[in-house]
Amino acid sequence: MVSTVVGSPVIASVPSGLGAAWMLAKREWIRFFRQRNRVISAVVQPLLFWLLFGTGLQGSFTGAGEQNFMEYFLPGTIALIVLFTAIFATISVIEDRREGFMQSVLVAPVGRWPVLFGKVLGGSAIAWVQAVIFLGLVYLFGAASISWSIFAVLALLAVIAIAMCSLGMIVAWPMDSTQGFHAIMMLGLMPMWLLSGTFFPVPPLGEGASVGQMILGGIMRANPLTYPMVELRRLLYPSVDFAASGFAPNAAICWSVAIVFMLATTAIAWSLMRGSRRADLVT
Amino acid sequence: MITRPADSSNNASIVCDDVHHRYGDREALRGVNLSIRPGEIFALLGPNGSGKTTLFRLLCTLVPIQRGRIEVAGLNVASNTLDVRGRIGIVFQSPSLDKKLTVDENIACQAALYGLSGAALTARRDEVLRQMKLTDRRGDFCEKLSGGLKRRVELAKGMLHQPTVMLLDEPSTGLDPSARLDLWQSLRAMADQGITVVLTTHLLEEADKADRVAIMFEGQVIADGTPQSLRAEMGDGLITIESADLDAVEKILHDEMGLETQRASNQVRIRCAGAPAWVPKIADRLGDSVHSISVGRPGLEDVFIAKTGYHFD
Repeated sequence: MVSTVVGSPVIASVPSGLGAAWMLAKREWIRFFRQRNRVISAVVQPLLFWLLFGTGLQGSFTGAGEQNFMEYFLPGTIALIVLFTAIFATISVIEDRREGFMQSVLVAPVGRWPVLFGKVLGGSAIAWVQAVIFLGLVYLFGAASISWSIFAVLALLAVIAIAMCSLGMIVAWPMDSTQGFHAIMMLGLMPMWLLSGTFFPVPPLGEGASVGQMILGGIMRANPLTYPMVELRRLLYPSVDFAASGFAPNAAICWSVAIVFMLATTAIAWSLMRGSRRADLVT
Repeated sequence: MITRPADSSNNASIVCDDVHHRYGDREALRGVNLSIRPGEIFALLGPNGSGKTTLFRLLCTLVPIQRGRIEVAGLNVASNTLDVRGRIGIVFQSPSLDKKLTVDENIACQAALYGLSGAALTARRDEVLRQMKLTDRRGDFCEKLSGGLKRRVELAKGMLHQPTVMLLDEPSTGLDPSARLDLWQSLRAMADQGITVVLTTHLLEEADKADRVAIMFEGQVIADGTPQSLRAEMGDGLITIESADLDAVEKILHDEMGLETQRASNQVRIRCAGAPAWVPKIADRLGDSVHSISVGRPGLEDVFIAKTGYHFD
């Protein structure tokens, strides 16, 4: 007989994974705020964009309700903050894998869903807080007026943040280099942001539209990010009637598209992570 | 108290039964059979590409089993993957620490992954940090630690959930001699507590320190046993001859002197009893045609060469 001093393991044989998901989310948070350059680049760059484009294009742009470009571009800037932060949060999955941290997570007895939840919840919480801080500054300097719709804005920002982080995971999970991620970011994620009505209004499709406008208008209507952007704009400027002057589907459609987009990206990210074992190995 | 079983096929800590593995066309493992006993330090020794890392990945559940059966702590790895994971502690070759976190935070992360929290975590953390002599470094960021200290944090992470089996992939890579010594003291302490320690290595002198060694080559275990028993198989003396014309040397030794010879790249090797006595005779007979004749006690490298005909590198 063998008698050893090894006791029964101190853990429940298979832990639930909730604690692990929470810890991984917390880790994202800690890492983010320990890397100052990430904090700065995620806020300062969109802020610069907003000030530069907003000021530069002020004279040559008039939107619905006599909006100037600074006002028009505000929802887009917030979306950009969310997009950047989400991207940098999920890109870290590639580093985690290369540095070996991911390997130790993948052999833990909790399965892989905490990895996805940790990254997405941690990343989107960071993105959300950054967007809220920016929004606070905007209100503070009186660039927009605050109203009750702010609560809906906060909820919508959370939905967008989760969708963007899940989208980031879809891109990052199968990748083995950050260079590859940057390529996808420039070719896929930035155009998606540009073509969601953030930078210029969605062109009309009715009679008199040119071929270019038809194509662009079609693409922008097919872009799922367009819908939450329409809603975000409406919530930030409740007094402006956007439906009178262009593409503005009603709130129910916008919220539905946003939520379906969030659920779909998360589901795809999950199926990718469950399916691919190739990406597990550090080579 | 630990009593080591004489024969352990029934209560082995790890059993590999006809394990095969391929990456595409390349066959990395070709029928591995092993039985590892509780509380022993077991070294998987092999050159690069011998399949030891693949076997390691299978043991630590990182790669699904394709063919064959592996049991860890009495559980089938293929069907009880998560249960097995709770019972093994793993130290990968590539460091798994988050460099931006402190030692304490890294351990807390590991604890969460293994479902350890609250008072149990605090107690266990203090204990492993003390065992690994890390108590005064617990607040340090991991990126500031030396290679030896990092490896100790890795060991602390691996031991945190009190695994019955520790798996380590090339644990002494990148460590200086004193850190290696520390590492082995820690491994020995774990084995003394009854933990089964399995490590891969391509360093012969390291495998020599293990209780038992399995030598791997081209996806198979070509020899296993204690380092002493493996060396004993080689006889007590080994003569190595280097020459420009090995064919002629071999012919003379074999045909005229009646010695069993073996070729290994640029050497002819002879295993025989009373080796030292043969040296002057061989030197006389071969004369100037040899560059060198040496005699020594066989080591694990000689076991490898005897079994494969290749040098170990």
